Amino acid sequence: MTVQPRQDAAQPSRQGSPQPLPGTVREELVLERIDRTRRARPRVREERITMAHGAGGKATQALVETIFLDAFRNELLEPLEDAARLHVGGSRLALTTDSYVVSPLFFPGGDIGDLAVNGTVNDLSMAGAQPRYLSAGFILEEGFGVGDLTRIAGSMRAAAQAAGVQIVTGDTKVVERGKADGCYINTAGVGLISAGVELGVARARPGDAIIVSGPIGDHGVTIMLARGGLELEADLESDTAPLNGLVAALLAGTSGLSPHGGSAVRAMRDATRGGVATILNEIALAADVGVLVREDAIPVRDQVRGAAELLGIDPMYVACEGRMVVVVDGDQAGAALRALRAHPAGAQASVIGEVIAEPAGIVQLRTAFGGTRIVDLLVGDPLPRIC
Amino acid sequence: MRFVDEYRDGEKARVLAAKITELCEPGRQYKLMEVCGGHTHTIYKHGLEDYLPEQITLVHGPGCPVCVIPMGRVDDAMALAADPDVIMTSFGDMMRVPGSNGSFLDAKARGTDIRMVYSPLDSLKIARQNPDRRVVFMAIGFETTAPSTAMTMLRAAAAGLTNFSVFCNHVTIIPAIKAILDSPDLRLDGFIGPGHVSTVIGCRPYEFIARDYGKPVVVAGFEPLDILQSIYLLMLQLSRGESRVENQYSRVVPWDGNPVALKAIGQIMEPRPYFEWRGLGFISHSALKVRKSYAAFDAEVLFDVPGVRVADPKACQCGEVLKGVLKPWECKVFGTACTPETPIGTCMVSPEGACAAYYNYGRLTRTRVKEASRS
Repeated sequence: MTVQPRQDAAQPSRQGSPQPLPGTVREELVLERIDRTRRARPRVREERITMAHGAGGKATQALVETIFLDAFRNELLEPLEDAARLHVGGSRLALTTDSYVVSPLFFPGGDIGDLAVNGTVNDLSMAGAQPRYLSAGFILEEGFGVGDLTRIAGSMRAAAQAAGVQIVTGDTKVVERGKADGCYINTAGVGLISAGVELGVARARPGDAIIVSGPIGDHGVTIMLARGGLELEADLESDTAPLNGLVAALLAGTSGLSPHGGSAVRAMRDATRGGVATILNEIALAADVGVLVREDAIPVRDQVRGAAELLGIDPMYVACEGRMVVVVDGDQAGAALRALRAHPAGAQASVIGEVIAEPAGIVQLRTAFGGTRIVDLLVGDPLPRIC
Repeated sequence: MRFVDEYRDGEKARVLAAKITELCEPGRQYKLMEVCGGHTHTIYKHGLEDYLPEQITLVHGPGCPVCVIPMGRVDDAMALAADPDVIMTSFGDMMRVPGSNGSFLDAKARGTDIRMVYSPLDSLKIARQNPDRRVVFMAIGFETTAPSTAMTMLRAAAAGLTNFSVFCNHVTIIPAIKAILDSPDLRLDGFIGPGHVSTVIGCRPYEFIARDYGKPVVVAGFEPLDILQSIYLLMLQLSRGESRVENQYSRVVPWDGNPVALKAIGQIMEPRPYFEWRGLGFISHSALKVRKSYAAFDAEVLFDVPGVRVADPKACQCGEVLKGVLKPWECKVFGTACTPETPIGTCMVSPEGACAAYYNYGRLTRTRVKEASRS
């Protein structure tokens, strides 16, 4: 006799066992109450900024929504997507900005310069735009090496060239020693959105497939190891890369329209701070749907799994800088996967799960072990300043 | 990945689950306590309860080092850290534990110098790098972490460091288990014994549980198949009416423990007459303090520690959760006033805490799991 996990209603072990206890009903009521609490408008309770406010999880969400969104509120900002979509003349533009404070500045596979270009290129790409022009602002600490700055500028030039964008304006500020950590960079970018491209996580609907474009967590774990404090070593590099080529291949490879209405590709998000888990939660909450992913379908390199096991962190929450999560009409999942895998940046793309109707707002993971658990938004941050 | 995947094999789990189900006597309910928070974490993280028949309930025990730290000790540590000469260091788990005036994380944002370390040796490094500051390590944990604290103090003594000390909050597992066994409001059938603690203390200290209380104990590893196999071994003993101590985690746990680690603990620390456990109250001989001969490294001797007892918040039912009397969701404030981002109780802070594990991973009833698999 074998027993299936409990989710199988036909399991023999249930025979003869008592009917659902009143406890199950009580538990269900408690869970409903918790769901309502989770969806309540977030509040900033702290009197001062803590590192959690920059971690990309619940505290960041609370800060952005209660302070910035309240102060700046307008229709363009409100969706809180990676880039704003603007109508200027007859064209549709995407506009985005991002700041980079990674420590260390140089790490295997890249440096702060690559990140600053690729991060902004990717935020534009996730809005379905072709990135065109970038700005670059530098905040430098007194005493910072000119040689290091030259190296960073060289990386930015190379990254811009690879992504087919130009850095066309900039700014430089220097602060006293001790008032910054070497070099911080801000980049902003604009891109053009083609006609017919309509994306957003709120467009996800039951039956859609969820794809990641490659192994997750490489960047975050690389940074963690590069800091040296853990005395661990692994043959691993940051995945920092521009995604605009991959996005173009994906949009070209999937027929523009879904038979169920809307465009076949519903949404794309680059899985940076907060990792894939955070994106999945954004999908579930924005579209009011459930998300079900299978642990054994999620590509994770052994080096990343090993480090994550040792450090007690979950690769699902570890940042990538060149990976995206795609929500695509279920009927187009095969075409999307073929298009992604045909591009070098998406060779290891995988379907990791699907959008389901219930329970809405919740991300579930079918574990490789055969159980089921929740994947929630991250609280706090095991590793600050990764980008 | 080797040494991990073979312990998470779903096929083997199904076979074990079938055997466990066969061992259940019709109509009998079984309550098994996993003492250690690491086990609680594994159970929820891998969805292990999905494999168990309804007759078996897992009760989460007090073996979560962060969860048992009373509020007063957090306040004491904050008072130490408030001294501008002091650099306070502790494990990441401690950073969000609420004291009566916020957590370490809040204090850090207010400008207090509190740093997270991965090992007490990192604190020692900080002490060497900052000879003009006094570095205090807030030591927490059971016998698992006590040896590394002791070894660090031995190194500090050998190096003649004068700016390093330990605020010792180490606790011992056996008195806590005994307190639970003597507690009138809980009836347990057996124990999944702690794994990491046992690498140090071995399996013998649990023999009284089998002998005097007639309950089987199986010391278990931390992978999901380890736990499932331990449940099977417990059920086998129960079906035969036996009560013995068994070692499922023999690949790591020697029957007699680790004599070197035990010696290091004994050299540096001695039992306190009593210690307050969060939610469980005072338990005699349940914690360790620094011996007089190492007073030069004892923050409680070097600093003026207020030592004020702070009552747990009224709404908090951590004590009942730690004893396994209440399931996490049965607590009045669970998931509403008390969440991982705004914890009232310690059980909601540590990833090993039963409430945090249930909130983060387990917030699915069976009906919800079934709905999901249908859609």
